[in-house]
Amino acid sequence: MRRIISILMENQPGALSRVVGLFSQRSYNINSLTVAPTDDPTLSRLTVTTIGDDRKIEQIIKHLNKVVDVAKLVDLTEGSHIERELMLVKVKATGAQRAEVKRVADIFRGDVVDITPTMYTIQLTGTEEKLDGFIQALAGTTILEVARTGVSGVARGEKILSL
Amino acid sequence: MEMLSGGDMLIRALHDEGVDLIFGYPGGAALHIYDAIFNQDKVEHILVRHEQAATHAADGYARSTGKPGVVLVTSGPGATNAITGIATAYMDSIPMVVISGQVTRDSIGSDAFQETDMIGVSRPIVKHSFMVQNAEDIPAIVKQAFHIATTGRPGPVVIDIPKDVTDPGETFPYAYPESIKIRSYAPPTKGHSGQIKKAVEILMSARRPVLYTGGGVVLGDGSELLKQLARALGFPITNTLMGLGAYPATDPQFLGMLGMHGTYEANMAMSEADVILAVGARFDDRVTNSDVSKFCPNATILHVDIDPASISKTVTAHVPIVGPVVPVLEEMLEQVKASKIKIDAEALAAWWKKIDHWRERDSLGVTPAEGEMIKPQQVIQALYKVTNGEAYVTSDVGQHQMFAAQYYHFDLPRRWINSGGLGTMGFGLPAAMGVQLAFPDAIVACVTGEGSIQMNIQELATCKQCALPIKIVNLNNEALGMVKQWQDMQYSGRYSQSTYADSLPDFVALAEAYGHVGVRIEKMSELESKMKEAFAMKDRLVFIDVAVDPNEHVYPMAIRNGAMSEMFLSKTERT
Repeated sequence: MRRIISILMENQPGALSRVVGLFSQRSYNINSLTVAPTDDPTLSRLTVTTIGDDRKIEQIIKHLNKVVDVAKLVDLTEGSHIERELMLVKVKATGAQRAEVKRVADIFRGDVVDITPTMYTIQLTGTEEKLDGFIQALAGTTILEVARTGVSGVARGEKILSL
Repeated sequence: MEMLSGGDMLIRALHDEGVDLIFGYPGGAALHIYDAIFNQDKVEHILVRHEQAATHAADGYARSTGKPGVVLVTSGPGATNAITGIATAYMDSIPMVVISGQVTRDSIGSDAFQETDMIGVSRPIVKHSFMVQNAEDIPAIVKQAFHIATTGRPGPVVIDIPKDVTDPGETFPYAYPESIKIRSYAPPTKGHSGQIKKAVEILMSARRPVLYTGGGVVLGDGSELLKQLARALGFPITNTLMGLGAYPATDPQFLGMLGMHGTYEANMAMSEADVILAVGARFDDRVTNSDVSKFCPNATILHVDIDPASISKTVTAHVPIVGPVVPVLEEMLEQVKASKIKIDAEALAAWWKKIDHWRERDSLGVTPAEGEMIKPQQVIQALYKVTNGEAYVTSDVGQHQMFAAQYYHFDLPRRWINSGGLGTMGFGLPAAMGVQLAFPDAIVACVTGEGSIQMNIQELATCKQCALPIKIVNLNNEALGMVKQWQDMQYSGRYSQSTYADSLPDFVALAEAYGHVGVRIEKMSELESKMKEAFAMKDRLVFIDVAVDPNEHVYPMAIRNGAMSEMFLSKTERT
């Protein structure tokens, strides 16, 4: 099952490599990974999406907790949560396709953030699934480049991940 | 405030941390630190002949004393040579602090001479690591490193120090912190009382219980409490390879070691148990065998460990208890004594009867060879006799290691020093150096083989320099015995690269070349008397080279992918 694990860790050199290294060392999957400092500059928030059965996820969480730089973590998929990913797509847009691409982008609530006479750059935010859906919807066009940030998220309601 | 250079600060911080002995080898990037060592006399430095030996010596020191071992090496090859010893300590949860020199800060990343990314290379085999960016940080980093290495589940910590940070030309204010708090690090300090209560209820109601305890009891200094608990319950107890000595081997409740080369009675008892209390043991594959679905399928598992990741990793625990061994066992013992549940004496008596029946099989019985040929098991039996069972025994890896574990009956913890998790050949001799330095008057025996000993043979020079009267007991079967045993059992006796009888050194002459005493034993009738003579040389290192039966196998031996009850008991018998 797909899980989103959000981690608060020391914003220190080497911390990220310890977390990433743990996944490769123990042969756990990383589907996506995002990391950036939080409002407290001494802390980074890292969000990783991974796949595994309950036993594997339990081990991943236990091992992540053992990493000395990891202060706190939560499996967002355990409760209701909000997840978002941002994607920039460069699509070939000439002739009749120009209007068609724009229409599809509008349906997905994407924004055209850059244009040239032959292409659009579209920015889209949403769940991983929605972003996948948009790429599928563009099947009839020529996608030139895709840049995705990976999933980030927070729990719904009053649940908070902080120190 | 006192002003010190980075190098002086480092050595002073070690002293303030209570370190009086470090093991190491100098080199370019560590020279400022070595100069700081020269200028003081509080921290003694032992010069090894290879950095791997420094780590194993520090490891042996740590295992025998319970205090952290400290290593100092230079950058590049010095650091990478230390890797095997760090991995060895990591696998067996040994507290260790390894300080490695590094190239100067401005040349990091430039492929400078003797540059290796030590933090990166060591990352998967350390509990934590620090790269020192500023000399002012040294006291706090040293304090944190020792705190992390010695608390929770212990392990090795690396401190990588660029050369310019230790520059004697620059000084900084020095103060060693009294205490340290790391917000992201909080190892458990006690077990969950509700879980302990639940475990005790199950334990008291058991009909066929077994206590299965491991290295965690030794590391957590829980032996005394374990003894009290086992005696209060009257249950049979088995130890893992790493846990030997945590419970007295000569006690009637002790079933011997369990696992791949465990006794018949220990493995049978595990296999038929209805309740297993695991303490500081991690259900390692040398215990469970490769197919865990066959492992004790009818048992309720109660698992005490300080590391939550060790619980339900391979075998699901029905009652997990996360916590340090001492407070958890204390609470268990109290609850056992206060429990309203009465142990079913009849069931327990029947269980012991069954166990005694298994014991009658005498799975460690040794059939003497015909004539003067010496069986390797007999060497360990002689060693046990000659040393009164009081020696610190270090070992390398292979058949001799298993024989030592099976036939030297350890009654005390921290006496059996071996590389269990990583299985590092070359561990025994340097580990014995660490033990002998910690206990100068103790008998320290290194049980080894002619394969393993050659992996760190150069340390005979260190032993000479430090006048260490270690006794090396070399079970010389002229081959890589355990490899050969597997080749006999699984590869139809095709001895691929496991024999070298034509090129073995004369170990007596070799020992003498290093300034030690060498003794060769070839006849069974001389085994005990010559061993006695060797051990009577209290102030000399004696290399005792014993020619043993080259065709002997270690038994019992678990059958691959089998259950705990499935073992070979000899070359011709299986369960």
